[in-house]
Amino acid sequence: MDRLTLVKRILGLAVLIVALGFPLIVTQPTMVNFAILILMAAQLGVAWNILGGYAGQVSLGHAVFYGIGAYTSSVLAAKFGLSPWLGMLAGGAIASGFALLIGWPCFRLKGHYFAMATLAIAAIVEVLVTNWDYVEGAIGIYLPMTNSGWAGMVFTRSKTPYFYIALGLLLLSLLVSRILQKSYIGYYFRAIKEDPDAARSLGINLARYKLVAIAASAFLTAMGGTLYAQKELFIDPGSVLAGSLSIKIALIAILGGVGTLFGPVVGALVLIAIEEFTRQIFGSTGMGTDMIIYGGIIVIIAMFSPGGIAGLLGEWERAWRARRKLVYTPPGDGI
Amino acid sequence: MTHLTMTMLAQTIVSGLMIGLIYALIAVGLTLIFGVMDIVNFAHGEFLMLGMYASFWGASLFFLDPLFTLPLTALMLFAVGVLVYRLVIRRILAAPMLSQIFATFGMMILLRGLAQFLWKPDHRTVPHALVEGKITLFGLQLGTPQLTASLGAVLVTGGLWWFLNRTRLGTALEATSIDREAATLMGINSERMFALAWGIGAACAGIAGALLSTYFPIFPEVGADFILVAFVVVVLGGFGSVAGAFWAGIIVGEVEVLGGFFVGPAYKNALVLSLFLLVLLFRPRGLMGKA
Repeated sequence: MDRLTLVKRILGLAVLIVALGFPLIVTQPTMVNFAILILMAAQLGVAWNILGGYAGQVSLGHAVFYGIGAYTSSVLAAKFGLSPWLGMLAGGAIASGFALLIGWPCFRLKGHYFAMATLAIAAIVEVLVTNWDYVEGAIGIYLPMTNSGWAGMVFTRSKTPYFYIALGLLLLSLLVSRILQKSYIGYYFRAIKEDPDAARSLGINLARYKLVAIAASAFLTAMGGTLYAQKELFIDPGSVLAGSLSIKIALIAILGGVGTLFGPVVGALVLIAIEEFTRQIFGSTGMGTDMIIYGGIIVIIAMFSPGGIAGLLGEWERAWRARRKLVYTPPGDGI
Repeated sequence: MTHLTMTMLAQTIVSGLMIGLIYALIAVGLTLIFGVMDIVNFAHGEFLMLGMYASFWGASLFFLDPLFTLPLTALMLFAVGVLVYRLVIRRILAAPMLSQIFATFGMMILLRGLAQFLWKPDHRTVPHALVEGKITLFGLQLGTPQLTASLGAVLVTGGLWWFLNRTRLGTALEATSIDREAATLMGINSERMFALAWGIGAACAGIAGALLSTYFPIFPEVGADFILVAFVVVVLGGFGSVAGAFWAGIIVGEVEVLGGFFVGPAYKNALVLSLFLLVLLFRPRGLMGKA
């Protein structure tokens, strides 16, 4: 282990300790809420990254998994009184099943076509749910507040428990990412992404590994959806199935750095910070300034730093190592 | 089936044709850009939106009807398209697909934001349009603005087809679309062709916007209503095929209105998108696309 790796490990540990202690030190509700938003966004970015980053299949319809997670747990809680913890697992399972169902035909498509197919599927599901009376259609579902406490995942007095749930989900997603990346599946992912034709000629069953990626990604995204539903206690198609949400999920990973473990976390931090600050400076209603800044950043990142922020940091790291005449690190390992 | 429902059905089919021709015009620009350089322009609906606003301001500030300002709108959008190419697209030609998707995607959000910032999010309508009201043809009631718009769309789409197939410059554009390297070897400046494709693509969307402006509300996010449909048309027609986009536009228009008629208006988008998925899965090269 060289010095830089050591520094990175210590830094990581420090960040984790600060994160764990954050709600104890900072008690302002707005700041805690801000931190929760970052953690939730980061978790979604990490989940998207498993499919979009590691397996290289760009999804522009991830809101469909998020929505399935939110709707499954909410319907089960509102109509059957089932605990959202179980609802979260049920939502994840249904989202995974749905992911396999759409992945199987769609993985034959390449590049733009796959992205557009996911966009279309998400839009269709949004229309269907909006017109589905059993799940209250366009009106949305209000969640019962009676079951307050950890068992019912409803916290009315302080938002702090949501912070820890979000942090837990993020750590779980990072762990799943890490395990997939380091296992033999991770090597297949890279093969699929870098050179699908060569991978196929070596006898790798591309479809199977892409299905692993989409199932894992969908499960984690759906868990995030359940958390959102429990935090807001209200969901409707516009808040958990919207096309703009799919874009935001993808953007978090892209901004931070696609295909890196912590890139999406950095992306979430930057994106949510920008969102909140533009909202506070310019106000949120109808000015469009947040969209201008948001869109401008996307264009600039796409044009000048396709590797996202993590890509930039990775370049600096390689430059630093090169100066120290240390071993060459391959690109893609980022921060 | 009673006489009344037959009339309603005929009315529906005709209105599907009229909106389908507009879809075709929006999609030809998109398919042209994709055909020439393999880039999907997510900001295409925003070119349409800009065309609508150009018509609106021409009408409300200078009392000029959108039909009179149409050539100017087309020129303006041509310039916007070329500018977008020069400033953004040129730099991402060799970038990974993800960057390309997000560059035009970011532009989409940026342009919507700018429109909202400059012109407010209100729904607006063109005051005192030249063509108004309805006419009755063969017992069918047709909106005059819709009829004018679809005729205009046919003329422009036809004109573009003629340009691509019958003029020297257009053939050069087609050649670049078929084989960029071979075209370059023949002395065709592909940079110039790319800029031309963006200019023409944006101008087509702008003209569609101008034609729509007399009977469709104008607001910053109006492009969202059309972009997905335009994608469907492009895929169904076959990426890069102008003739394919023309026929696919009509088919999509019909699926939309007939789906609304038989299944219910709430589901018409879902039906169009299902058609899209079916084409993607079973015939990804579309009706008339390159294999």
